[in-house]
Amino acid sequence: MIAVKNIRKSYGRLTVLNDISFDVSGGGIYAVLGPNGSGKTTFLKILLGMVIPDGGKVLFQGQDISRSHGYRTQIGYLPQIARFPDNLSVSEIIHMIADIRNQPSKPEPLIALFGLDKFMDKKLGNLSGGTRQKVNIVLTFMFDTPVIVLDEPTAGLDPVSLIKLKELINTAKSSGKIVLITSHIMSLVEELSDEIIFLLEGDIYFKGALSELKIKTGSNDLEHSIAAILEP
Amino acid sequence: MSTRAFMALFWLMAWIPGISTEITVCDECSISSIAVAVEEANAGDTIRVSAGHYTVENLGITKPMTLIGEPGAILDGANTSYVLRLLSDSITIAGFEITNSGRSYTKDYAAIYVYDSKMVQVIENTVHDSFFGILMEKATQSVIRGNKVMGTATREDQSGNGIHLWHCEEIEITNNEVFGMRDGIYLEFVDESRISRNYSHNNVRYGLHFMFSNHDTYTDNTFQHNGAGVAVMFSKWIRMERNRFEENWGTASYGLLLKEIYDGEVLDNTFTENTLGIFVDGSARVNYSHNNFLQNGWAVKVSGGCYANVFTGNNFIGNSFDISYNSRMNDNTFNGNFWSSYSGYDLDKNGMGDVPYRPVKLFSYIVNRTPETIVLLRSLFVDMINFSEKVSPAFTPDDLIDDSPSMKRFK
Amino acid sequence: MIKILKYSFSDLMRSRWSFIYLGFYLILGFVLLFLNNDLSKGIITLMNVIVVLTPMIGTIFGVMYFYNSREFTELLLAQPVKRSVIFLGQYLGISLSLSLSLIIGLGLPFLAYGIFRSGEIANFIMLLISGTCLTFIFVALSINIALFNSNKIKGFGYAILMWLFFAVIYDALILLSMIVFEDYPLDNYALVASFLNPIDLSRILILLKLDISALLGYTGALFQRFFGTSSGLLYSLLMLTCWVAIPVMLLLNRSRSKDF
Repeated sequence: MIAVKNIRKSYGRLTVLNDISFDVSGGGIYAVLGPNGSGKTTFLKILLGMVIPDGGKVLFQGQDISRSHGYRTQIGYLPQIARFPDNLSVSEIIHMIADIRNQPSKPEPLIALFGLDKFMDKKLGNLSGGTRQKVNIVLTFMFDTPVIVLDEPTAGLDPVSLIKLKELINTAKSSGKIVLITSHIMSLVEELSDEIIFLLEGDIYFKGALSELKIKTGSNDLEHSIAAILEP
Repeated sequence: MSTRAFMALFWLMAWIPGISTEITVCDECSISSIAVAVEEANAGDTIRVSAGHYTVENLGITKPMTLIGEPGAILDGANTSYVLRLLSDSITIAGFEITNSGRSYTKDYAAIYVYDSKMVQVIENTVHDSFFGILMEKATQSVIRGNKVMGTATREDQSGNGIHLWHCEEIEITNNEVFGMRDGIYLEFVDESRISRNYSHNNVRYGLHFMFSNHDTYTDNTFQHNGAGVAVMFSKWIRMERNRFEENWGTASYGLLLKEIYDGEVLDNTFTENTLGIFVDGSARVNYSHNNFLQNGWAVKVSGGCYANVFTGNNFIGNSFDISYNSRMNDNTFNGNFWSSYSGYDLDKNGMGDVPYRPVKLFSYIVNRTPETIVLLRSLFVDMINFSEKVSPAFTPDDLIDDSPSMKRFK
Repeated sequence: MIKILKYSFSDLMRSRWSFIYLGFYLILGFVLLFLNNDLSKGIITLMNVIVVLTPMIGTIFGVMYFYNSREFTELLLAQPVKRSVIFLGQYLGISLSLSLSLIIGLGLPFLAYGIFRSGEIANFIMLLISGTCLTFIFVALSINIALFNSNKIKGFGYAILMWLFFAVIYDALILLSMIVFEDYPLDNYALVASFLNPIDLSRILILLKLDISALLGYTGALFQRFFGTSSGLLYSLLMLTCWVAIPVMLLLNRSRSKDF
């Protein structure tokens, strides 16, 4: 479904991604991990066409994504920082994104799930960070897309909402979708992910199942495996 | 009274010596030529010319008489010479359409030529396609009224002047319209004359042009769209009142050029949209009061030795430059005018601004030096340097200020 | 694109700053007309104000909006929409809302004072056209600056510098160079120089209305042809359009290869 071929990207002299290639085919939850500045977000943004790679290409369903935008109807994206036009209300932004995407959407169950009903007429500028993140989640999950990209989805969420989010992710997985996720919360990753892509110094250090990583590093949990990678 | 009795009385009166006769000229009349009529007429007779096309070449009139053209009476000079020459006192020419005088580079052929006469009246004639329109030399106590002189000139050498006077005295030029000639009205050595309510427009050179003409009065005339506006030179004791100078556009175009004018009065005139409202060059003791300067490029430009001129009670409104000087010397006064670009205040409510106004901008000095800089007019930077010059004058006359600028426009 | 335009426009039209801007023009218009009670004098004053102010507001708004809506832009970029559409939509959203503030803010006072019943309507429309053009030009230029500078403070500084350059420094340089080279024929130079600065260009549109008598006092044949006929107006408007088109193209081009 998604094939990444020899992607390179550097910002000035800083090389962020150096010749990265991999395939993601079957449904499941893929966690993109790595230390700060390892290029996780850059990679996701390349996938979404927001960052233009210096070399290499990304194939989505066999099609090169450069200079194309239609494939993004297949992707739901949850950005790291949830900021919207201050003067629009919640219901307006939901309508707007649905309108811009021109796709069928089902925001109502999600709104109910996160208890956003009472915020629907509030301006986005007046919402707290957590509430905004909930709106962000609604915007991502309200479309029926085969691929979902989540960049730090838990930021600012309360535990109740976090549980609901996990349910959403698991539901997506069980309906055969591909979920790409980055997170600093290792317990979450451990709980959810089927496969891990570990980026280190611009390269894929490891790609495989969580159990394989544990075996490779000889640790019992993910947190320690990663610590073992970073401080050998 | 029966018609027969009236005719009898008429003929009787005609026979009485000293009472003027009227001779009628028309195609079917016993006299069908104007030359013959003029020849046969006695002094003081009236010749009435009916509608029709008459060829009149260089016809000299040497007796006092009255020629009246009825509507449609056309005198055609056949492009040879003068059309009419008035060489005696007390001649009246009225109501004719006169055309096709000769053209010459050596002689000033005119539709109506007056020489050495008194009490001549040229009234309500229409002149077109002629070299000069009405040309008077050495005439006195005469009237040029209600005539229309039309030309189609586009270059100076194509045409003479509309109304041209040389060495005349006590002439009244009123209600005439002149256009498409070289100069509309031209006066040289003309004294004690009144020029009023004329409309001189679209002439190639000057709408009004006079030199060496003293004690004349110009009132209620309109000079519009002339190539070089109005030029007034080497004259004393002239009065110009309630005239309008409009839309005289061009490099060397003035609403009014005053060169070597002494002891004059320029009152209540309106200068609208001229490149130069008034260009004062070497003039002294002229009073300028209650004039309106509206949207001229330069309202007043002062050049050369100008002394003791007084500008007071004038309105300066919307001009690109109000006053322009080419030197730092100033001997003229500019007090009590209304300046639309004055931004001061009047706290003591006496109708006059509490801060003096400086009508000469630094930028006008720059434009004098480098004319192309005019494209920067009204730019923020220019406003800034003007302001700095206002605060501490370095290039413009520092004593040139209006101490009592009016807060209200004069009516 | 219409959708993007619609949303960023409706967002901006509800922002406090749009109201402040609108209010400013309303007050300016009414105060000027109240003090002068004369439409034509009001227009003359406004022309001087607008030539300097609309570029400044356009510059500040353009940069501010771009930096503030960066995350929102990212959200849009993740949607199945072409990049050029997003940027063009946002650009038009800002420019239109600013222009609308200008047009309504000045339109209402002048309507109240009977602009349609006076002979000044053509001048007033010219005023609004040049104000609108300047808004479109300077919003485009400032977004370009923002696109090339990720650093907010730097971008803001450059944008203000750009405004200062076009509003003051450029004219100062032109004036100085003209004085230095006054012995040479300068009329082509003067005209070309003013064509290369949109503020000067709009100023010339104003000069054509207010100072035609002075402009025709200069001898240059080019000047005479340019200012003496309607071609001056025509070329100025044409050039203003170019001044909108070129930064917009640059903006779209830059947006295509920009990383977010």
